[in-house]
Amino acid sequence: MTGSIAQVTPAWYLVLASVVFAIGAVGLLVRRNPLVMFMCVELMLNAVTLTFVTFSRMLNDVNGQTVVVFVLVVAAAEVVVGLGIIVALLRKQPTATADDLTVLKG
Amino acid sequence: MLATLGQELSDSPVPIDTIDLAWSGLVPIMILIGGALLILVVDSLVPRQVRPGSYALATVVLAAAGMVASVPLWQQVQDGERGPFSTAASAIAVDGFSVFVTFVILSAVILAALSFDGWLRREEMDGAEPYVLMLLSASGAVVMASANDLIVMFLGLEILSIALYVLAAMHLRKITSQEAGVKYFVLGAFSSAFFLYGIALIYGGTGSTNLVSISDYLSATVLGDSGLVLAGLALLLVGFGFKVAAVPFHFWAPDVYQGAPTPSVAWMASGVKVAAFAGLLRVFYLGFGTYRLDWQPVILVLAVLTMLVGSVLAVVQTDVKRMLAYSSINHAGFILVAVQAATAAGVQAALFYLAAYTFMVAGSFGVIAVVSRKGDIGTSLDDYRGLSRDRPVLAFAFALLLLAQAGVPLTSGFFAKFYVITAAIEAGSSTLAIIAMVTAVISSYVYLRIIVSMYVAGDDAPEPRTIPLPAAAGLALVLSVMVTMSVGVFPGTLASLAEDATPVLVPEPVDPGAVDPSRAPTGP
Repeated sequence: MTGSIAQVTPAWYLVLASVVFAIGAVGLLVRRNPLVMFMCVELMLNAVTLTFVTFSRMLNDVNGQTVVVFVLVVAAAEVVVGLGIIVALLRKQPTATADDLTVLKG
Repeated sequence: MLATLGQELSDSPVPIDTIDLAWSGLVPIMILIGGALLILVVDSLVPRQVRPGSYALATVVLAAAGMVASVPLWQQVQDGERGPFSTAASAIAVDGFSVFVTFVILSAVILAALSFDGWLRREEMDGAEPYVLMLLSASGAVVMASANDLIVMFLGLEILSIALYVLAAMHLRKITSQEAGVKYFVLGAFSSAFFLYGIALIYGGTGSTNLVSISDYLSATVLGDSGLVLAGLALLLVGFGFKVAAVPFHFWAPDVYQGAPTPSVAWMASGVKVAAFAGLLRVFYLGFGTYRLDWQPVILVLAVLTMLVGSVLAVVQTDVKRMLAYSSINHAGFILVAVQAATAAGVQAALFYLAAYTFMVAGSFGVIAVVSRKGDIGTSLDDYRGLSRDRPVLAFAFALLLLAQAGVPLTSGFFAKFYVITAAIEAGSSTLAIIAMVTAVISSYVYLRIIVSMYVAGDDAPEPRTIPLPAAAGLALVLSVMVTMSVGVFPGTLASLAEDATPVLVPEPVDPGAVDPSRAPTGP
């Protein structure tokens, strides 16, 4: 630790996680490809798991790390269902972007 | 090798530490999940020719079994000596609140399953999957309503939502269904991520995700900097706001309600909203009751926006499903008024409203499922013209349910709105109560518009058409109309049940298996 230029404190991880979360959130709002939007959601979830691990380390409490396992399982389940839905849509409209999803509006 | 292992096993003196599970509290959830898996297994074993209607029958039987299993739980939590308890290491709370909400959720399952039956056969999509998904979704809803831990609530929310994404995108031949599915999925996952980030920040601020520990910590400590907890609370509210379709997180609701299969919407509008509001009440009213001065104004703003946008935008719609989507947003605003009161009367009003609303909205979407034509089309206002001539009883039932949604006296909707407004005035928010009443008047225009369209056909009335009414869908309608009208005439029973359904924070019993009387459940 002493040799490094700056001490890497837990706050760095929290800031990194919040930046990654923000990238994911903004990405989902500005990108139009359903698959990329979906990747942004994954980015957000991973930012949250990083936050959990950091807090777990700071509080010296193992519960935060067990949460990560739950979140991973939930994210995997979401991938299965989400990709299925997106594939079903892209089969009907092979070039669909979020801007094309305008049958429902009003 | 094996011998040594065996010796080690027999020598090991320390038994593996397992958490104490009060299985009785988990029976309704286990019935739903076990039943859903059983339907799937049986369906894949027997030849394809299953008697039509057997899936719906199985679903209704399972939901009814869940209700029967909840009755002893209700008696136990109302019993002064035994009282509410928590199970699975304080992760699941069994109190009057969770049992009441379980009943409402299971009623929604029954109504939606009955509505699904005829609809699936008309669309030639009959199969086990929609019922299985709905049962799993309902199990998530029950978990969410009884979660005593934020992570368990998140898991319940995800079990509920993931099954719903499929239910929304289920109609493979209809592009709008897929569009609804993608929109619901992307925004649902987006809101779940916010919800989870909120939990992470609260965990960082309080050192726990358990609502009991959080509440104890917050009331025992004065936080020098409560920014982390407040930010977490705000993010949780975003997550809940998406699920209950509160403005400004409502924009998915009209699209999804219009595009998704109508019986799925019946479940989405009733069961899901009930579960999300139950979770909202549990987290904000119970877990963060000490912070109520911080969150009450935010919920007040949300409630005003939700009621206004829901009622005003409903007026300009021409599609009945979209109209009811906006009207359900308006209903969500009313329930937020009750949440904002943050009193026992507010919780009672919210529970009464949710129970009454479930029957009104599930019945209304049941009518829409019947009136629509093959391909799940024919839901515009014009398609309802002359309905009173083609199907007088159906039109009358729909009119009753719509009048109940408008809050006309002698229906359950009147008392639902009455209790909410009373609770708001008692809590000192008279302005909010006035706004609520004004929006109720605005949205009653929408319901009257549908009723007029059904009863006043005009000169250019469309050709008379035969609308087949499946027996199961008819039964669902009879049930919802009966409950709506009888609660409207005798609201006392439901009101006293809602009063008994107070949520409590149940700490983990110190001695496994025995509840220590000195750590009796505490209210906020």
